[in-house]
Amino acid sequence: MMNTPQLLKIEDLILYFKTMRGPVQAVDKVNLDLKHNEAIVVLGESGCGKSSLAKAILRLLPRNIDRYSGKVILNGVDTMKYSDEEYRRKVRWSSISMVPQAAMNSLNPVLKVGDQVTEPFIIHTGASKAEALEQAKKMFSHVGVPNSFLDRYAFELSGGMRQRSAIAMALVTMPDMIILDEPTSALDVLTQANIFNVLKTLKKELEISFILITHDIATSSELADRVAVMYAGQIVEVCDATRFFQKPYHPYSIALMDSVPRLRQIKEPDFITGQPPTLINPPSGCRFKDRCHKRFDKCEEEPPALAIEDRIIKCWLYK
Amino acid sequence: MDLTINNSTQAGSFIASDVRDRGVLLSIKDLKIWFELRKFGFGHAGYVHAVDGVSFDVHNGESIAVVGESGCGKSTLMKGILGLHRPTEGKIYFNGESVGDMKTREIKHYRSHIGYIQQDPYGAMAPFMSVQRILTEPLNINEINNHEQIQGLIKKSLEEVKVSPVEDYLNKFPHMLSGGQQQRIVIARAMILNPNFLVADEPVSMLDASVRVEILKLLRNLQESRNLAVIYITHDLSTVSYFSRRIFVMYAGQIVEKALVQDLLHNAGHPYTQALLTGTSDPDGANAFKMKEVPPGEPPNLINPPKGCRFHPRCSKMIQGLCDVEVPPEFEPEPEHKVACWLLR
Repeated sequence: MMNTPQLLKIEDLILYFKTMRGPVQAVDKVNLDLKHNEAIVVLGESGCGKSSLAKAILRLLPRNIDRYSGKVILNGVDTMKYSDEEYRRKVRWSSISMVPQAAMNSLNPVLKVGDQVTEPFIIHTGASKAEALEQAKKMFSHVGVPNSFLDRYAFELSGGMRQRSAIAMALVTMPDMIILDEPTSALDVLTQANIFNVLKTLKKELEISFILITHDIATSSELADRVAVMYAGQIVEVCDATRFFQKPYHPYSIALMDSVPRLRQIKEPDFITGQPPTLINPPSGCRFKDRCHKRFDKCEEEPPALAIEDRIIKCWLYK
Repeated sequence: MDLTINNSTQAGSFIASDVRDRGVLLSIKDLKIWFELRKFGFGHAGYVHAVDGVSFDVHNGESIAVVGESGCGKSTLMKGILGLHRPTEGKIYFNGESVGDMKTREIKHYRSHIGYIQQDPYGAMAPFMSVQRILTEPLNINEINNHEQIQGLIKKSLEEVKVSPVEDYLNKFPHMLSGGQQQRIVIARAMILNPNFLVADEPVSMLDASVRVEILKLLRNLQESRNLAVIYITHDLSTVSYFSRRIFVMYAGQIVEKALVQDLLHNAGHPYTQALLTGTSDPDGANAFKMKEVPPGEPPNLINPPKGCRFHPRCSKMIQGLCDVEVPPEFEPEPEHKVACWLLR
């Protein structure tokens, strides 16, 4: 993994939403990079800005934007300099595609699955319907859906099959990377395991990179090469997955890992007291300080992102 | 009357356990809940066998987890217990009385003994009602109308679920609360009539990981302090061991394995249970480097379930000519551990 080229680099990405009570700092100076054929997991509680981060990367923005700045560098080119139309043509779905949250319910109920899966391919490559169907069939075999399902409607498919079709739809233009927003949160255990098997195969065979956004720590370990922990709009720890799951460093990551119920260990899980801060007026200094057991004077100041043993940790404890 | 016969302390199981000495609270005998399918509105077109031959006992103060995938009938089973579906066949006995034969008034009385915790706390509360009104409703329905008594009960139940200070919450509406707080209100509502039996339908699946454990611990404390019998319905095996004494695994409308929690986790008998256990991940960096062994296919259609063992089309250990022909009976490899699988014959 060391020498693979860099695919995506995000620098100081900021996305604030306008509200009546002031700006919501959903994504606040996020730095992240992704190598070719790597899977990075963004972990965090709901409302910490995970999905907003995905939208900020893909520039799928609502209208109430207060501030949107930073750099999203894809293959060495800063895509923030593109106009919206250029971005749509050059980046969205041709280089980065997305499987949205609850993807299995985002299929159009009045269109055949085949028509929906082929649509991005036709739009982005100008291919004919027949060519697009060929491509869709290829993608369906990658994700393990029988080709005959192209002729069906979404309601005729089970949840797992719909989720696979949504992944096929993201794959159809052969992008470099896919952003998956909670891909398995509404699925059963065995279906979940199946979908992760599919994602692992895709990563191996098609060399696709993934950003996996989830709050499910246990299943995220099925795909992760690296882990980024997000809290209150900021990334507080980035670390190699193997070492992160063994020993997280940031107090929030530690608490988060302790809250995971485990099947194979008799260890009582613990919960994090308190609630995440509101993102409208987040506390100054470290945003986790009010829930942190290891809080000290220094925490009143904003902690720097420290690089320790290949990890990045935003915490004063490790200074 | 029926209790003595239904008691599961039969020959063959000789572990004396304190829970089982407390007597049977709920006893289910060969329960079948089928839904009729109609053709053109009136013609008969078969049945959906949502619950098909389920039997078990729940003792006073015992916590039980029912685990299964969506569509396996666990919610229908629960609704049967709550008296929301009448059994097609079989009986549900609560303290010796048959739930299916109760009259409307008796059912109302019966339900006041059962607390019910819904899966989605936000969907379970009327958005236009304040917390005060949400908690007053069950009391009014059960003819408790004295204002002071109501306030006392509300305060007590909110304190029990650790929502404090109580006065700050009474006038709030569900949307003003976080997911964890909403679930606490739902639990408070379930507990306000002081039931001795609690049905929790996936109480934590809609909540964030950090809150999940908090709610599970709260439920466990309630269960222990009030000596409640609990049926905890879930699809997530990793949470059951913190909560339950016994686990029932459901597949396609039937219970395929019944076992004590630790027996099931370490010594699962049914291939389906084994698949569920493999399918459940623990956070571990090594997971990313290996594929999971998952049985092919999907759970069967319950209109025409497979003959014999319902898992046989997906099972790698299927015995030709036996599993696909005859329904496996319950085998008992160790005390209190029953497996409906021919492999254990």
